[in-house]
This record gives sequence, C-alpha cells and structure tokens, in this order.
Amino acid sequence: MNEIIIVAGLGILTLLAEIFNFKKILMPVIIAGLVVALVVAVLELQGSYFNTTFDASVLGMLDFDRFATCFVVLLTTIALLWVLINYNYFVDESNKADHLALILFAIVGGYCMVSYSNFVMLFLGIEILSIPMYVLAGSKKNSLRSNEASLKYFLMGSFATGILLFGIALLYGSVGSFDVYIIRAKTTSADFVMTPMFTVGIIMLLSAMSFKASSAPFHFWAPDVYSGSPTSVTSFMATFVKTSAIAAFLRLFYTALPFVPETFSRIFLILIIASLFIGNIIAVFQINAKRLLAYSSISHVGFMLIAVLFFADPRGIQALYFYVAAYSITTLAAFMVVKIVGEQSDGDENIFAFNGLVKRNPLLAGTLTIALLSMAGIPPLSGFFAKYNMLFIALNHGYFWLVIIAILASLVGVYYYFKIIIAMFTGVSSSSVPIKITLTQKVLLLILTLLIIGMGLNGYVLEMI
Amino acid sequence: MEIIKGIPLTSYILLCSILFSIGALGVLYRRNALVIFMCIELMLNSTNLLLVAFSRYFNDTNAQVFVFFIMAVAAAEVSVGLAILMLVYRNTKTTDIDALNKLKY
Repeated sequence: MNEIIIVAGLGILTLLAEIFNFKKILMPVIIAGLVVALVVAVLELQGSYFNTTFDASVLGMLDFDRFATCFVVLLTTIALLWVLINYNYFVDESNKADHLALILFAIVGGYCMVSYSNFVMLFLGIEILSIPMYVLAGSKKNSLRSNEASLKYFLMGSFATGILLFGIALLYGSVGSFDVYIIRAKTTSADFVMTPMFTVGIIMLLSAMSFKASSAPFHFWAPDVYSGSPTSVTSFMATFVKTSAIAAFLRLFYTALPFVPETFSRIFLILIIASLFIGNIIAVFQINAKRLLAYSSISHVGFMLIAVLFFADPRGIQALYFYVAAYSITTLAAFMVVKIVGEQSDGDENIFAFNGLVKRNPLLAGTLTIALLSMAGIPPLSGFFAKYNMLFIALNHGYFWLVIIAILASLVGVYYYFKIIIAMFTGVSSSSVPIKITLTQKVLLLILTLLIIGMGLNGYVLEMI
Repeated sequence: MEIIKGIPLTSYILLCSILFSIGALGVLYRRNALVIFMCIELMLNSTNLLLVAFSRYFNDTNAQVFVFFIMAVAAAEVSVGLAILMLVYRNTKTTDIDALNKLKY
C-alpha cells in the first residue's frame, strides 16, 4: 500500500511541476522516489513494521500478501530501470512532465493489478495501466505510425475491457460477490454447480486476460502497437505491462478460482501451444527488429502460461517469477540497444540497421548478443534457467508432449535470434561511423548484461544445491 | 423498483447478451472509428444493465457501486479515445480505420 501512496504522490507532484515550473529537478526527484518505493517494498517483503502501520488489506479491495509484495518489488525494479534507461526520452520531449506523470500513474495501475482482492480493483488496475499506455503509444504526434498504433491499441484494448467486464458480471451473477476470497469459498464448496453462465463468464475473463497479456489467439494488436509506438514506450509495454498482466492472470487463480486451470486445461493448452508456435514462426519472417521482438514476446507468454496452468505446483509461482524477471531484464536490454541503433538510422529499426554493429560499437553489440542468446535459451544465461524451470514443472505433471512442443518452438526461435546476431558480427554496415553513447548508458548496459548473466548463474547455483 | 423484479432475471440476461453481441459485432464489422467507439459504449452499458439487474435480485449494492466505476472509467476512456481520434484525423483527414495501414506484414 505504501508504494501506491508514494508513486501516486510522485505522479501528482509531476503534474504540479508543469504549473510551478520546477521541471529541472523533476527527474532526480522521481528517481529518488522510485528508489524509496523499492526500498519500502523490500522492507515490506521482509515483514518489517510497515505492514502494521498501514493495514495491509485495504477494505477488502487490495491485499498485499507475499505474492503481491514480491511482484511489487519486481515491478518497481523494472520501472526504475526503465526510467534510468530512457532518461533522454524525457529530456528531449517538450512536455516531459505529462509523459512522466502518465508513466507514474501507469505504475500505480500495475501495483493494483498484482494486489487486487476484489474484481473492482482488477478492472480499475487494468484501466489505470491501459489508459496512460494508449496515450503514450501515440506520443509521437506527427508520426502516422505512432498515431495508428495508439488508435489500434485503444480500440482493441477497450474491446477487451468490455469482454472482461461482461465476464465479471456473469461471474457475479452466478456467485453473488466480487470479493476473490468469497468467490473462492463459494466455488470450492461441495454444493457448487457450474452453471453455463459461470462457464461463459470464465471463458470471457480468460480471453480478456490473455488479450492483455498478448497471448496467441488474442495477439493481433501486439506487433502493430509494439512497432508503431516510440521505442521507449514499447519497452515499457513489453516489460512492465506484460509482467502486470501475467501476474494479474496468475492471481486470478491463486486467489479466486483455484480449480479453473485444471477444469479448463484444454483452453490453456491451446493458448500455450498457439503462443509458442505463432510467436516463433511468424517472427522468422520479420525484418523490423521491434516487430521481431514483439513476436518473440508472444512466444515468451506461451512459456509463462505453462506456470499459470500448473500454478498449484509450489514451484509454479517461483518459476513464473523467475521467468518474468529474466524476461523483463533481457527485454529492457534488447530494447535499449534497438532504441540507440534506431536513433542512428533515422528511427528505422530494420534488422539491416544492425549490420556490422560490432565495429561501430562493441558494447552495444555485446549487450544485444547476450540479451538475444538469453531469450533463445542458451545456457548459462538467465533465459535458459527460466525455460528449464517451466519445462521441469510440465514434465513433473506428465505433460511430456508439451515439453517436446515447447523445445521445438524454441529451436525455431534460435534461428531468428541468430539472424540479428550474425548481422551484427558479419554484416557490412552502410556507415562506419562509430555510435557514441554516454557514460550513463555504458554503465546501464554493463549492469543489464551482468544482471542477465548473474541471474542465470544464480539459477544455475540454485539447481546445483 | 418493484417493476424491475417483475421481470424474470433470465430476460435481463438475454437482453444484455443481445445488446453485448450487437456491440461486439459492431466493433468487428464497422469501419468508422466513431461508430466503433459507440459500439464499445454499448458493450459497457449492457454490462451496467446486467450488473444493476443482478444487484436488485441479490439485494446487494456492491454491483451498483461497480456500475459507477464503469461509468467513470468509460468516460475517461472515451475522452482519451476521442483525443487520439482527433490526432489521427489531423494527419489522415478521415475517421475510417482502413486508412490506418502503415503497420503491416
């Protein structure tokens, strides 16, 4: 709860900055505020006194249990790294205070999505997160691509919200409450009959949530929106928004409807297999790096959903947490490089722009290589252990064929990740001008690379024990 | 209020499902962005009607509070949506979504 107060307060302060004209000191204040939020979240996780000063359960609307606090820590870390990486996105903008305020309010929405204990807050969290993203997707006002991405995201997003709401209404009609714990008690009691209304409600909820997480049959918006939006915003969507959506998806079953993944396992298997194959196979034909990363993120959602399917397994939530953390750090690194390279080639993120990158800037090429290898699942990088954990769980539950399918799909993935890597190392660049990056960017690139490798080694060490 | 209870709940569910389907089909088939906005509003309002009907039958005011939230959020969403549409209109001089074809393949 304290993080929500801190970040929402920062958002309001940012709006005031535009009026009272203290924009110059705004960025340090926001970075300091996010650090404070992160420290508070970590202290809460360790069960320090913060939990007792504010009642952790806020009138039955939010519940900051261990699950929620863990994800709040992860989300705050992603947000902090994102703000540091995209520092210049705000410096160059004319009305940077508005953009920052939108980002901060979106972060509040993410916090609500991972900690809801009432469907009202699930809905509000999704909307608080989505509405700023609709605006930010269109923040390059004169670019037609950005406009198109924004309008597409808005139309598709509100359509999914409509479906989500109707699902919640039908669920309410068959259970009689919005509170997740009451729903859990009623649906798991012996005399609960699954009416058609309930089933339709669940299916609508599942579709809307997989839409927000951009899982395969509902992924159509993702490549367009990811490639049209400014790269900074895309990297926020691919990391923060996706993490919140997947966490909200998992929390739905963790708190309210524990029997659903088992009863509707066929729907989940379709989502998983479709995400894995559509994401990986269509990515092979992409020549735009942002579109390629969008399709690759769809395939990663397929892996994440394996943990949602087997969430009852005690290792399920841990595996998902590790996967989401590894995926987000890797994606932040990849998009950081794509952004810097894109700026050099007039905002064009074709994979030909990466030709000969190693000669123009070895650090950028090295970071992108590590990030892409991690995404492809090459040991000992973090992506490998993230995938390994997921497949291990699937194997434990006797889904041997699912493991085979997932490995085959990842093999396809290796091909298109290596396409970029080979272009960077053997391609001939059209210009041989070295790409200059600032000291901060160098330090951030090194930190991200170390995190990708370190998290992998950490996973490796855990497996050894 | 008695008149609401005079109608069986099934009729409400049926009516709301039909309204919702009209909205959803409208989103999928219409090509004008403004009409699509209206269809989305129709979907949200059918949900509101359904929630109010359930609320009356269960004698539970929670759902009515939810309806207020939905109305507030829908208003925010439409104001953002219309702003985005204005932005697109300035650049393309049309509200037809078929004009948006820069992002493909």
